[in-house]
Amino acid sequence: MSTTDDSGAPLLEVEGLVTRYPISRGLFDRIRRQPQLTVHAVEGVSFTVEAGEMVALVGESGCGKTTTAQTVIRMVDNDAGSIRFRGTEIGGLGARELRPLRREIQIIYQDPYESLDPRFTVRDTIEEPIRVHDLAGSKDAREAKVREAMVRAGLTPPDLFIDRYPHELSGGQRQRVAIAAALVLEPKLLIADEPVSMLDVSVRAGILALLDGLRHDGMGVLMITHDLSTAAHFADRIAVMYLGRIVEEGRAKQVVRNPQHPYTKALISVVPRRDPHERTVPQILKGETPNPVRVPPGCRFHPRCPVAEDRCQEIDPELRDLADPGHRAACLLL
Amino acid sequence: MSSETVIEVEDLHVWFDLPGGGELHAVQGVSFALHKGERMGLVGESGCGKTTTILAMMGLLPATASVSGKVILRGEDILASGDESVSPHRWKDISMVFQGAMNAFNPVKTIGDQIAEPMELHGVARGKEAKARVGELLELVGIAAERADRYPHEFSGGMRQRAAIAMALACSPSVLLADEPTTALDVMVQAQILELLVGLSQTLGKELGLTVILVTHDLPVVAQVCGQAAVMYAGEIVERGAMSTIFHDPRHPYTRMLFAATPDLLGDDEVLSIPGAPPRLDREIAGCPFRPRCDSAFATCATVHPRRLETAPGHEARCHLNDSIVTKAAS
Amino acid sequence: MSLIEPLQVVDDEALAEGIARSGRRGFLRTAIAGNPQAMIGLGLLVFFVLVAVFAPFLEPYDPTVKTGAVYEAPSSAHWLGTDDGGGDMLSLLIAGSRVSLGVGFLAALVAIVIGGIVGVLSGFYGGATDTVLMRITDYMLVIPDIPLMIIAAALFGRNLTNIIVIIGIIYWTSTARLIRAQVKSVRERVYVKRARALGAGNRRLVFKHVLPQVVPLLIANTVLMIALAIFAETFITFLGLGDPSTISWGRLIENAFTGEATVNNAWWAIVPPGLCVTVVILACTMIGQSVEDSLNPRLAVGHLSVRRFRLRPLDGKRSAE
Repeated sequence: MSTTDDSGAPLLEVEGLVTRYPISRGLFDRIRRQPQLTVHAVEGVSFTVEAGEMVALVGESGCGKTTTAQTVIRMVDNDAGSIRFRGTEIGGLGARELRPLRREIQIIYQDPYESLDPRFTVRDTIEEPIRVHDLAGSKDAREAKVREAMVRAGLTPPDLFIDRYPHELSGGQRQRVAIAAALVLEPKLLIADEPVSMLDVSVRAGILALLDGLRHDGMGVLMITHDLSTAAHFADRIAVMYLGRIVEEGRAKQVVRNPQHPYTKALISVVPRRDPHERTVPQILKGETPNPVRVPPGCRFHPRCPVAEDRCQEIDPELRDLADPGHRAACLLL
Repeated sequence: MSSETVIEVEDLHVWFDLPGGGELHAVQGVSFALHKGERMGLVGESGCGKTTTILAMMGLLPATASVSGKVILRGEDILASGDESVSPHRWKDISMVFQGAMNAFNPVKTIGDQIAEPMELHGVARGKEAKARVGELLELVGIAAERADRYPHEFSGGMRQRAAIAMALACSPSVLLADEPTTALDVMVQAQILELLVGLSQTLGKELGLTVILVTHDLPVVAQVCGQAAVMYAGEIVERGAMSTIFHDPRHPYTRMLFAATPDLLGDDEVLSIPGAPPRLDREIAGCPFRPRCDSAFATCATVHPRRLETAPGHEARCHLNDSIVTKAAS
Repeated sequence: MSLIEPLQVVDDEALAEGIARSGRRGFLRTAIAGNPQAMIGLGLLVFFVLVAVFAPFLEPYDPTVKTGAVYEAPSSAHWLGTDDGGGDMLSLLIAGSRVSLGVGFLAALVAIVIGGIVGVLSGFYGGATDTVLMRITDYMLVIPDIPLMIIAAALFGRNLTNIIVIIGIIYWTSTARLIRAQVKSVRERVYVKRARALGAGNRRLVFKHVLPQVVPLLIANTVLMIALAIFAETFITFLGLGDPSTISWGRLIENAFTGEATVNNAWWAIVPPGLCVTVVILACTMIGQSVEDSLNPRLAVGHLSVRRFRLRPLDGKRSAE
């Protein structure tokens, strides 16, 4: 199937995405006819990523950001909604049809210590995508591509790293190997799932700058993170997720400096600042994010919302445009 | 906040025997003192020695470790005779919330039983009295007392971390060491736990007024809740002082670069990484351990190991850049 | 019902650490080469294998021929005396090693191959495949081995092939469970997911990513399985179910009993074969344990040791600056 470049279409367009997981029931529960419980991981998420743009999906655990990423990369099937990559629907495709697409969409994972096969050298790991997709015929051609990817990922000089095993590398270096393996096929869209959260602070900026640079090369980057500060600095746009929905989205600086949704406001207020003199009064919400199995009726945030009204228990708000262009939030009070 | 010195660490060194021979000098001359109710952040990246330091203070190092220096708790050097002199104080005067404590609960015992366990082990309370104290502790950390009879899997991550703090406070210590207490938690839950730790360290009418040492790699967390910070690098404290001074007028390049490497939510400054990697600690380092990565190093840095210099009252740093401005060397 | 405890399931990190430590030199070599216990075990096993291979050249006499008196005591002519038929014990012992070790190795191979395939299929594909295969495994595990051996011998005749097959069929189950557990855990690792995400097919995932993690475990299991199989062969033959036309250590022990060696105080007819079996099993166990210890480097660390940290007195060098 062809991925015709529909030059008007965004690189990635997700619309009304719904992904649910049934929770497996034990034998007893089945006998007792307990109702089938479902995790409503993603409940109607829509966003776009343009080429040359970095979009951050931000939220706490259970908000559905990782599941969204897994669905976009088609490791998980969606239950409803559409995923369009360069204009083509990839939501319902089978494994065979997806294969050519896997060259164009790549993913980097959070844990640099687990992302690499301990028995593969750096060369083996970076070469694997080429072998899987049967490209770059000769050994020399493959080697050249591997080295090129390594340089792009900042593993220079390549000779220093190419024959190493993962356990001989630091966390930051391993993550660069994973990035090189993702880049070797020159994908159009890169999904980065918490790319730096397990790395030391002094190393993070380098990796993030690398991802930033890819954006300038025309790639689109979808970054999943719980760290608002990182998102604010490196992403063009931020989408804040709560319990399976996007509750606010807009330009990164806009969302963090002028948050509109009560959840976003609370979240921003509790993010620690570097400057001890800039301690805000944190608006600490009570309790913790509810279980995505039992989603509250109406607005899903209303039980913890400091400004909830009666109607919030009944009406489920949609994302609506705000005064600021590109800035949207899902709250009845706006 | 009274100004009595609750804990003082003096020239603490820790060495680990290496399997192939030789040793790793993990902690190199750490010294600091804290007053009652103070909260200090012990900040650094992986391998800097911060966890080893607090384990040494608790006397919880393995047989491959050797220690020198003093840990003076209310006037008494608890390290004087090794494990013998530390164990009577462990948990009763100084206690710890371990990294990942929220996942280290015994799944087949109730939370209440597990919090009561140290009380019984250290002879602080048993039976009914222990149960009552467990209830008090749970309330203190923000968990309803009735939940003492529940099992760990019935608690969320944040609540388990609170329970771990309650367990650490079981025998009413005066010093609490918290190792990355919020690292695995969501930012909202993190705020809750930090609020709890701040509350516990302020005199709340009870016997508390806890002195807290917060070990973490997360600078903003320390900036948010600690009055002072000690930055560790390659086993040493390279800078120590009041939080605001550390941020606004750092006296060590590593401190400055570490802040520069941390993105701020609302700031616009470029985020910079620190090139290179920390030095190996299994061999003697000539000069300053940070020199290879430092942007302000000069000739002396390669040959002379920087001493602790007091750059302002209550503020010290190990850096030759301060040599000219310091009139008096810290002892 | 297995006679020797199978390997515990190894956790990811530990296995990764163990494999990582060996780097390029090869996992097994690190496990065995540095370990005196393993080296001794390997030495013993190699010794017996060589004896079995060169048996015809090592036997002082033809074991099937009567070369001395019945139950003749050990002498310079017959180092280990003679059996109840006047055959030289030493020759019999050497000849017997061929069958005992041969059956042991082959049966272990059958068990490992079946168990390995079942384990990999079950662990990797999960779902219905897993359920069906595991049910079969469970049924096999539950069947008591000795009655099964007896029945099979009675039904299918007493020959070497049958014995090999029976032993293999009985013992593949523990391997299957072990491999399945390991495959399941490897399948969930991030690098496998990453490979899948970039489009790798199942074949590649299994052969390039899963099997290399499983093979060390399989090898360790093989060694222990050999020990089990040798014992099983000895046992079967001792019960009188063995191949009557072959000589094996089990047969020697059986002969000793049916030939009333004890009454004749002929210890040389009973003890040597028993000792050989024991030593070979011990050798296998020593190797297997060392490999197991390498697989789990955490086992070597004494977290629960009572010894604590030491104090180092302040000397001039380390005093405060």
